[in-house]
Amino acid sequence: MNAIEVQGLTKRFDSFTAVDRISFDVKEGEVFGLLGPNGSGKTTTIRMLVGLSRPTEGGARILGRDLSSGITEAKRGIGVVPDSSNLYDELSARENLLFMARLYGVAKGVREERAEELLEAFSLSERGDDRFGTFSRGMKRALTIAAALVHDPKVLFLDEPTVGLDVVAARSLRKLISDLHRKGLTIVLTTHYLEEADHLCDRIAILVKGRVVAVDTPEGLKRCIEERSVIEVSFGRVASHLAGDLSARLPGAEVVFLDGTRVKIFGGDPSGVLEEVFEFSKDHDLGLSEINSIRPSLEDAFVRITGLSPTVMAREKGGGGR
Amino acid sequence: MIRDDLRCIYLIAAKDMRTYYLKPPAISWGMVFPAAWTLAFYLRSASNFEDLIPGLIAMTILFSTTAAEAVVINFELRLGSLERLLLAPVSTDSVLLGKVMGGFLFGLLMTSMVTLATVLGLDLHPDLLVLIPVALISLLVFSSMGALFSVLFKEVFEAQAFLNLPRFFMVFLCGVVYPISAMPSVLQRISQLLPLTYTVEGLRAAFSAAPSSSFKELIVLTGFLVLFILPAMRMLRKRFE
Repeated sequence: MNAIEVQGLTKRFDSFTAVDRISFDVKEGEVFGLLGPNGSGKTTTIRMLVGLSRPTEGGARILGRDLSSGITEAKRGIGVVPDSSNLYDELSARENLLFMARLYGVAKGVREERAEELLEAFSLSERGDDRFGTFSRGMKRALTIAAALVHDPKVLFLDEPTVGLDVVAARSLRKLISDLHRKGLTIVLTTHYLEEADHLCDRIAILVKGRVVAVDTPEGLKRCIEERSVIEVSFGRVASHLAGDLSARLPGAEVVFLDGTRVKIFGGDPSGVLEEVFEFSKDHDLGLSEINSIRPSLEDAFVRITGLSPTVMAREKGGGGR
Repeated sequence: MIRDDLRCIYLIAAKDMRTYYLKPPAISWGMVFPAAWTLAFYLRSASNFEDLIPGLIAMTILFSTTAAEAVVINFELRLGSLERLLLAPVSTDSVLLGKVMGGFLFGLLMTSMVTLATVLGLDLHPDLLVLIPVALISLLVFSSMGALFSVLFKEVFEAQAFLNLPRFFMVFLCGVVYPISAMPSVLQRISQLLPLTYTVEGLRAAFSAAPSSSFKELIVLTGFLVLFILPAMRMLRKRFE
């Protein structure tokens, strides 16, 4: 059964189309990823689905309720973790949870028990009486997720949950998300971290410029390029300005520069590709640092499907904390 | 549904009282500023201090309700905390009403303290049937005015700066410290367009030796309430479309 059904969802801001007739379903109990670079429409999509923004066209059903007429009722069954940790600095961790529980109408006896459970589950019991403003980024993120769970939702929306976290905090948060998944919660996750999407999601929708360009499992997405060879080359000097020349030398292959010196070449006859790369490097006096034939990853699938460099995508978002 | 909205209004107002209003900046704006202002006039002319009481209460109503309104909405819009409230199963209108009620409750607290202190200290006997309705509707009017200014501007400092204009304008033109009848006719006409004029007139009626009806003031103030709160609700709704 589907927890979410999205049909032709569109959002326009004057002449700019942020989300362009997207459609997808999210099954009950799955982790569904919305993957795309900054400005691809991930957050706008989430905002529409949780009732913070009205769609220009199209619609969606969440937990069987229509977005346009039953959003208030649907809100009772959804929890939202926005991309910023926006609880109240002045209130303690426990007070923040109790405030949110009361806002959702959780009964008195239940809400106190639930707040304690969540503080325990998120390893925040010892800091329960400390003000939210005094917490580290990781702890703020954890409490923001706890606050989204305080009314025991069926669907959890997580918008860029690990942005800005250090490696350890991001890892522990991913474990937390996996645990919630195991408990049967339906999770919609937006991220621009490819490894995160690969690790956490059952299915992924790739968004580019407001459009869904692919929906599949991470394995399914990888399979679409498995039959083609992937060669990664690192030149000794910046070569990205010569991309046109390299592409012209490799008919039938796809050339994508990851940054100034690193390029991935998809498809083509591997021996012919290598020969041309050596020739190209020699002609432009670039030097070669490394050449690898690699097993396709989700990153490769993403690059192949979108034509975008994942490095550029991370840089657009600030790149922090993986 | 209505129960959810009422609970939300109460929770937001209570939370705002704790996190924003019952703090030194709001208290100094809401009570210390009007008191200092009145003291200045008292020192100048101590003999007719009782005449200043309606103006002092009116100023307390104006400054206490609007003391943190620009902050509680605009600041939370910028931080994203207001969105968090809207994620709950409540309407945008209820969230705005919760914010207005926060200003109302803080204003009520400050105004009650100032009124009680002056009434008991100076042994005055105002007509409570006039004083209470005028004070309550005025608290709602000015809290709504603060909410309107808060949603009109995107930055906290803009909202606060632009809110100061009508606040000080009204202090001088609405008979708080200077009788409207003694003003040039142009200013008298302008004063009729400002809500604080009706608050001051209503309060003067309550404190006068022969208390009169404040029906006209209550009707006009209700009009101002609608004039402020409906556009504020509409504009906040528009921000989330």
